Amino acid sequence: MALAPAVTDLEQLKGHPAVARLLAWNPKAVEGVNFDRDEMTIYVERSAIREACALLRDDSNCPFNYLSDVTCVDWYPSEPRFHVVYHLFSIPKKERVRLKVKLNGDAPALESVTSVWPGANYFEREVFDLFGIRFNGHPYLRRLLMPENWEGHPLRKDYPVEGYR
Amino acid sequence: MAHLTPTPVLEPGQDKTMILNMGPQHPSTHGVLRVLLEIDGETVVRMMPDIGFLHTGIEKTCEAKFYQQVVPLTDRIDYLCPMTNNLCYVLAVEKLLGLEIPPRAQWIRVMMNELTRINSHLVWLGTHAMDIGAMTVFLYCFREREDILRLFEAISGQRMMTSYFRIGGIALEPPLGFFDRLRKFADKFPSRVDEYEGLLTGNPIWKMRTQGVAKISAEDAIALGASGPTLRGSGVDIDLRRDAPYTGYENFKFKVPLGKNGDVFDRYMCRVAELRESIGMVKQALDGLPSGPVKANAPKVVLPDREKMKTEMESLIYHFKIITEGFQVPEGEVYQAIESPRGEMGYYVVSDGSSKPYRVHMRSACLANMQTLPTMCEGRLIADVVAAIGSIDIVLGEIDR
Repeated sequence: MALAPAVTDLEQLKGHPAVARLLAWNPKAVEGVNFDRDEMTIYVERSAIREACALLRDDSNCPFNYLSDVTCVDWYPSEPRFHVVYHLFSIPKKERVRLKVKLNGDAPALESVTSVWPGANYFEREVFDLFGIRFNGHPYLRRLLMPENWEGHPLRKDYPVEGYR
Repeated sequence: MAHLTPTPVLEPGQDKTMILNMGPQHPSTHGVLRVLLEIDGETVVRMMPDIGFLHTGIEKTCEAKFYQQVVPLTDRIDYLCPMTNNLCYVLAVEKLLGLEIPPRAQWIRVMMNELTRINSHLVWLGTHAMDIGAMTVFLYCFREREDILRLFEAISGQRMMTSYFRIGGIALEPPLGFFDRLRKFADKFPSRVDEYEGLLTGNPIWKMRTQGVAKISAEDAIALGASGPTLRGSGVDIDLRRDAPYTGYENFKFKVPLGKNGDVFDRYMCRVAELRESIGMVKQALDGLPSGPVKANAPKVVLPDREKMKTEMESLIYHFKIITEGFQVPEGEVYQAIESPRGEMGYYVVSDGSSKPYRVHMRSACLANMQTLPTMCEGRLIADVVAAIGSIDIVLGEIDR
């Protein structure tokens, strides 16, 4: 089975319910799209992420009402360095979509989605803990897995695998 | 929605309340979960789980290994359902590679995956019942679990850390006589489930401890990211095996048991019904098992058979190359979600085109399910906390990774 090339043309992907909904709301919020290996990725503008999530959750046509996961990928040393990744799932329509927000390496911060899905709480704390990304408006942004007095953020690519010695 | 956001810090010395520290060495916290309880008499006013005691940095370790070397790490995340984690990871990498898996391997994967689900549910049922005070069930459950572990040993050489599923198929064709042993087990197992149910389902003490306890509504469970039996116990009809089939689940017939009230009892009934469905699927897999190879035809990715490696030059070269420098995976990213015994287990694998994964993230069903605990427990008695923790079936290895 040969892999089909990824589609990144916004015009071709306008029909996807999540893309259509976001474009109808604010075309500037969509920075790019990518359809690869049957998975849809939407790059969302940093300041729009919370509202975009709320819109997709309440969409009457295809509500992405379930937040599967929040995580992050560090593309050090290139900039924008951090890609925060949200995986949304639609329980009625069984559709998945991935939202991504790009963040620069200096003082990375974005809005929390805990007000949209309270379940984002632990996921965001984990990303804060392991990547050092701040989520504004999070009710309790403390380290989740590492000890409180730990130095550094272990999943960053400039953090050595064996830790600082 | 505001009622679902937990009140942050537990301040000691509030009027009339005190702070009780439960765990991380408490026997009913299933490993190393620490729960902070603010109690007023025997009533829980606020609750805050504290995790991270088992954090081993597996996600970071994965980034330093070849793709095939990550498989044994995935066993260690959730030591009660190793094959589910193997499956989720190999499916993600196979999707990245665009590999086609032969039907026989897929059917054996489903068979073993369902057996793993039974194994995991048995440990849950035994420990959950023991937490609430029913010792006998625990011993009965572990009797059957022992049979399953022996089957695992026969098929993979290991009782618990099986690493049986590999990228491109399964490790080996099952040994001679394995399917007969499995069928014998599958034939006797439904009567054993009757036995557990006979001890618990109609038992008035069990009902008093579970019915109406630690309730959660469907809306709250969805908003908090719960999945699996924790979500289905509240009546949300979602099962990824049926709704987003993977590795050939579309060929199997099974019902998705649902609860109604979202209490401990309904979650218990969901899982017990799943035991019966799973053993039914094992039987279906045994009956319809296709013949053919158990590994994909992809010499650059799949290790050659031992015999071929000893007799064919080319196989020896491929073997050497896969072991010493791994195999390259095309750039891209994949989120593969499967229905683990606890809920939606997801692997997010990112490739930068090299032979080591750029990022492996595990979406833990338990981590999300645990967020429902404060909603379930606040306003109830301390004894109900024990029942609630048991009912969401957490494995701390998966939560902390």
